Amino acid sequence: MSQHRGPAHGLLTIFFALFVCFLYGPTITIAILSFQGPDGGLTFPMNGVSIHWFANLFQQQAVGDFGGSFARSIMLATITMVLTVVIALLAGLAFRRRFRFSNTLFYLTIASLIVPSILVSLGIGLMFNVVGIQPTWWGSALGAHLTWTLPFGVLIMFAVFNRFDRSLEEAARDLGATPWQTFLHVVLPLIAPSLVGVALFGFTLSYDEFARSLMSAGSDNTLPLEIYGMTTNVTTPVLYALGTLTTIFSFVVIVLCGTIAVALQRRATKI
Amino acid sequence: MQPNMKVSGARASYLQASPLAVILGVFLLIPIATIVVVSFWDYNEYELIPGFVLQNYVDALGSAVTWHTYLATIRFAVIVWTFTLGIGFTVAYYLAFHVRSTLWQMLLFQLCAIPFLTSNIIRMISWIPFLGRNGIINQALQNLHITDQPLEFLLFSDFSVVLAFVHLYTLFMVVPIFNTLMRIDRRLIEAARDAGAGAWSILIDIIIPLALPGIAIGTIFVVTLVMGDFITVRLMSGGQSASVGLMMANEIALLQYPAAAAHAVVLLLTVLMMVWAILRVVDIRREL
Repeated sequence: MSQHRGPAHGLLTIFFALFVCFLYGPTITIAILSFQGPDGGLTFPMNGVSIHWFANLFQQQAVGDFGGSFARSIMLATITMVLTVVIALLAGLAFRRRFRFSNTLFYLTIASLIVPSILVSLGIGLMFNVVGIQPTWWGSALGAHLTWTLPFGVLIMFAVFNRFDRSLEEAARDLGATPWQTFLHVVLPLIAPSLVGVALFGFTLSYDEFARSLMSAGSDNTLPLEIYGMTTNVTTPVLYALGTLTTIFSFVVIVLCGTIAVALQRRATKI
Repeated sequence: MQPNMKVSGARASYLQASPLAVILGVFLLIPIATIVVVSFWDYNEYELIPGFVLQNYVDALGSAVTWHTYLATIRFAVIVWTFTLGIGFTVAYYLAFHVRSTLWQMLLFQLCAIPFLTSNIIRMISWIPFLGRNGIINQALQNLHITDQPLEFLLFSDFSVVLAFVHLYTLFMVVPIFNTLMRIDRRLIEAARDAGAGAWSILIDIIIPLALPGIAIGTIFVVTLVMGDFITVRLMSGGQSASVGLMMANEIALLQYPAAAAHAVVLLLTVLMMVWAILRVVDIRREL
């Protein structure tokens, strides 16, 4: 493209900057307000500065079962992440060839993305109810989360294998590598950064999922269910403190995955 | 050797695809089938009674409340779609055509995408300091003497619901539209410019038609998310607004599962019809 930039460029840059403020402004605001003094409220002005509300979070009586639900959410997100990576990778490999029902399975995967979450939640809840099994966060809720994370994982793998250079595999085969060796030493290192992306989606989408957990999590709350319960009966900045902590946690996971992906990318390009 | 390898290849594909098929079968297909079956069941305060009654559908479709709720939800979907499309297209257009360095393009794109990976509920809550009775906007308006009383409609109204939806879901427009814009052959635009086309006609005659598949994918995401939502409407309207999802959630809370199931079937059919209509207008297969 030529170097010509009309007056539209300035306007669009301002628009984009405003959009980023719109995206992040509220989150930054509650991060500031979570350091309210002990007498502070849900809005400005700041009534002193303290970590009172963060400390409050860890006292059993202030909020529900914060520690327990946090631990459950992390475990559920981790299991969802591992299963999402493995199942999406396998499905991605399968879709490289045409097989009977491959179209059906693909449309089913897309449907999983489009069906409203509350339907999945209600359906799984009813299914367990009819069969007479108690729903649990590590069983029914795990399945519910996978219906949301797997489509993203499969679509990412689709994009990856569509751009994959098959001649690299052929070269490995010509050099006498077995299919397993080709996969392990050629394919896997090249797609590893994308697999980290799938893992990131699997973890964070599960960690923050609310609607799909609602009827499938059973008697023990995950963190989003706990937070939702708090919104109806907690009217202090402890809500912001919790929001800030869980957002920071998400950011740490994102940065961690980004760093790993970049490192793997560097190693892949060296090969 | 060749035919033999093909057979084993097909078998490998089946094995590799089976975990995905099993999960979607058990946690998507069977649950939806369960909803359809239960929507024909009877119930009382204590239990579900298996059977085949049409009463749930008669109740659901015969009540004026249902129709009003559907209209209200579709209204939300149309308003949110308009805003997310306008903002999402502008952002994607800026990233694709006005950011020159690939590195900056990727960084700014990720800056837009990261909030998607954080908690929706927290992102809704974070509007309280802005919209509340004593929130930032009301304080600013009063300090500037634009209003002398706090505006009550900012929080807990249709306005705050739409604002939260746009805040949460614009990303679902940005990503697919950005994808299609990046695939447009830049030589096409240069050729148009050499032929004397202005920036505006390039946008209308070349870029937007080529971006239609991305717009369609974004539209499917936004419309289905808004149609099925209940948490945003409940939290942001404080119970003032209605939506189909919220109506279902209320029935679930009252353990009226067959009634909720009938609403779920109607909702599913509505959403599928909307998606079908979008796919009739725009061919997205090229994008998959």
